Amino acid sequence: MNKKLNIKKLPKKLIFQHVNILDPLKEKVFKGNVLIINGKISEIGKFEQPADAKTINCEGLTLTHGFCDLHVHFREPGDENKETLMSGSRAALAGGFTRVCTMPNTTPPIDSPESISFIIQKSKDCPIHIHPFGAVTQGQKGKEITEMGLMYQAGAVAFSDDGLPIQNGLVMRKALEYSKMLDVPIINHAEDDCLRCDGVMNEGIMSTRLGLPGNPSISESTMVHRDLKLAEMTGAKLHVPHVSTAASVKHIKEMKSVNNKITAEVTPHHLFFNDEDLVNYNTNLKVAPPIRNNSSRKALIKGIKQGVIDCIATDHAPHSLHEKETTFDCASFGMIGLESCFGIVKRLLVDEEGLSLIHLVKLLTIEPRRIMGFSSNLLEIGAEAELVLFDANKSWKFDKANISSKSSNSPFLGKELIGKVKYTISKGNIAEII
Amino acid sequence: MLKQKHLLGLENFPKEDIQSIIDTAFNFREVLDRPIKKVPSLQGVTIVNLFFENSTRTRISFELAQKRLSADTVNFSASTSSLKKGESFKDTAQNIEAMKIDAVVMRHPTPGSPKHLTEFIDSKIINAGDGTHEHPTQAILDMMSLEEKFGKIKGLNVAIVGDIDHSRVARSNIYGLVTMGAHVTVCGPPNLIPEHITDLGVTVNYNIDEVLEWADAVNVLRIQRERMGIGLIPSEREYRELFGITEERLTRRNNELVIMHPGPMNRGVEIDDSVADSDQAIILDQVLNGVASRMSILYLLLGKKE
Repeated sequence: MNKKLNIKKLPKKLIFQHVNILDPLKEKVFKGNVLIINGKISEIGKFEQPADAKTINCEGLTLTHGFCDLHVHFREPGDENKETLMSGSRAALAGGFTRVCTMPNTTPPIDSPESISFIIQKSKDCPIHIHPFGAVTQGQKGKEITEMGLMYQAGAVAFSDDGLPIQNGLVMRKALEYSKMLDVPIINHAEDDCLRCDGVMNEGIMSTRLGLPGNPSISESTMVHRDLKLAEMTGAKLHVPHVSTAASVKHIKEMKSVNNKITAEVTPHHLFFNDEDLVNYNTNLKVAPPIRNNSSRKALIKGIKQGVIDCIATDHAPHSLHEKETTFDCASFGMIGLESCFGIVKRLLVDEEGLSLIHLVKLLTIEPRRIMGFSSNLLEIGAEAELVLFDANKSWKFDKANISSKSSNSPFLGKELIGKVKYTISKGNIAEII
Repeated sequence: MLKQKHLLGLENFPKEDIQSIIDTAFNFREVLDRPIKKVPSLQGVTIVNLFFENSTRTRISFELAQKRLSADTVNFSASTSSLKKGESFKDTAQNIEAMKIDAVVMRHPTPGSPKHLTEFIDSKIINAGDGTHEHPTQAILDMMSLEEKFGKIKGLNVAIVGDIDHSRVARSNIYGLVTMGAHVTVCGPPNLIPEHITDLGVTVNYNIDEVLEWADAVNVLRIQRERMGIGLIPSEREYRELFGITEERLTRRNNELVIMHPGPMNRGVEIDDSVADSDQAIILDQVLNGVASRMSILYLLLGKKE
């Protein structure tokens, strides 16, 4: 277990002193102290400090809402060797995340109210808030829709067949229509199976050079377009996960101008890498959808700046070593993402691309919460402490030795990141990341 | 000796290394014409031939090259399907290396697998074909055969005809020929020619007659029958009509054209019997040069430094 992550119960009274308080809701930053009593926010700003409170000097740190990730795979049930709800929670804390939504493509898939209850029960003891997504179709087979109503009652907050795109347009239409009575989004991993064929990386000059079967951009954008039109027709909520292509951004932008029920996310890895990085067949860069070319990457960054993309989600996808230390065709799709996320997007979007820190924090906090209808009044007096404190300018190397996830499949290993989470406060716990 | 430790592919492989492989190959070619076709150059060197995919001529060619250099050789053949079920590729490689070997010659259906092998073991790696990526020793022997025929490679017009998208022979030939200063045109059905191939420094032309008129030599790729019937090639007769190297096509042409084929041939599809067996074809010279080229590569990578 990673010794660089230290999780303790919050003391009865705790003061974060001299901290930069970043309020993403009011879009302001101010310096002050924050008092937490019994796990709840008690005072913010200037106040008389109780003598019996423990104090932490937070000079140079920024305090804000705990991050929220709408796209993680915690592998439980079925693949507990890769990740569990508990180990995934630890990885989340290490990355500053206090709230995550788990994808249902486990073994067996989460496609019934009973399995939703299993996740809810098992998550009770975890130090972060875990919200399960239920499958859209039974067994994620893309044919018959699940008991969405009962799953919703059991705690499902949205529905997705992530990993297995819903190919049949009629099934997608019916699912969107049905979801309207619950007012929760449908999240479809948008790829046309026929066009994707056996592609394992982006189709282009790099796939030609490497001799690997290509997955063309249009396999995603054509499916995104179908889903957007179906969402418009049905009036349902649609959330587009891990957008990877310039054409998808364009379609989403156009549709957003006429339909306010569309939202979209992008991953740190699609923002950071381009397909030229696959030149040495690094299997940790094998993801679905694939890492695209540089012009698509730039379109994603522009999409963030223009507000076409609503939030950042990691698509944290743990895999065991032997599933990645193999030939490219046999390697599994996916990479872990929770722990490296902030350091990547802070470096890329703020330091290199000139986005404001407040804008970035919104993409990790109030925007994903808005999409799911979670409360965003986290700095209100009396609110449960769900906070992160980070050093925005700390430069550090992402290293295998301090990964809290059970898996370490990440192409960011050894990369210089800027911005490091120092404390995460969640469900009455304080995690210190050393 | 070479600048490179391995022969993984010809992309970014130095021109001087290609030239010294070809030069040395001509020396070994003389050895092959002697009554005793064996030299002691690699005595005490152990080479493992790892073939994860069926191969007849490449495997025999490598084995002969190794035996004629007096190396000790071991052959390992396995289908990747059994590999997938059982021991991992990494474990197989590390187990074999644990037995103290010097080099691995590997054929594998997955692009990039020789590159992965270099991450798992320290031996020298020679790529004997990795899926649709590269087949560098084939391209070396093709270039040696061109040099034998024309006395040079630079400035030659070379056409590569067939399924470019799925051809490792095409990729390695493109890299090697462009590096050596030849002009390359690829020709074949548009759905089997990758959109960005011109970025590699080649010209694309879908008209076979124009291409044959232009070329000094044509490298005819094998059309794999498994590509038929999945919407890539409608039928053999249509392929022969539009892209086949037929006797009629060649008689229409004014000057003599050198015909090459990496084998095995689909006679009557991509190449006519009469063309394959004609004096214009240097297909069997390619096979002999294959042994000499592989001797040269093994010697230059594994031979004792003077």
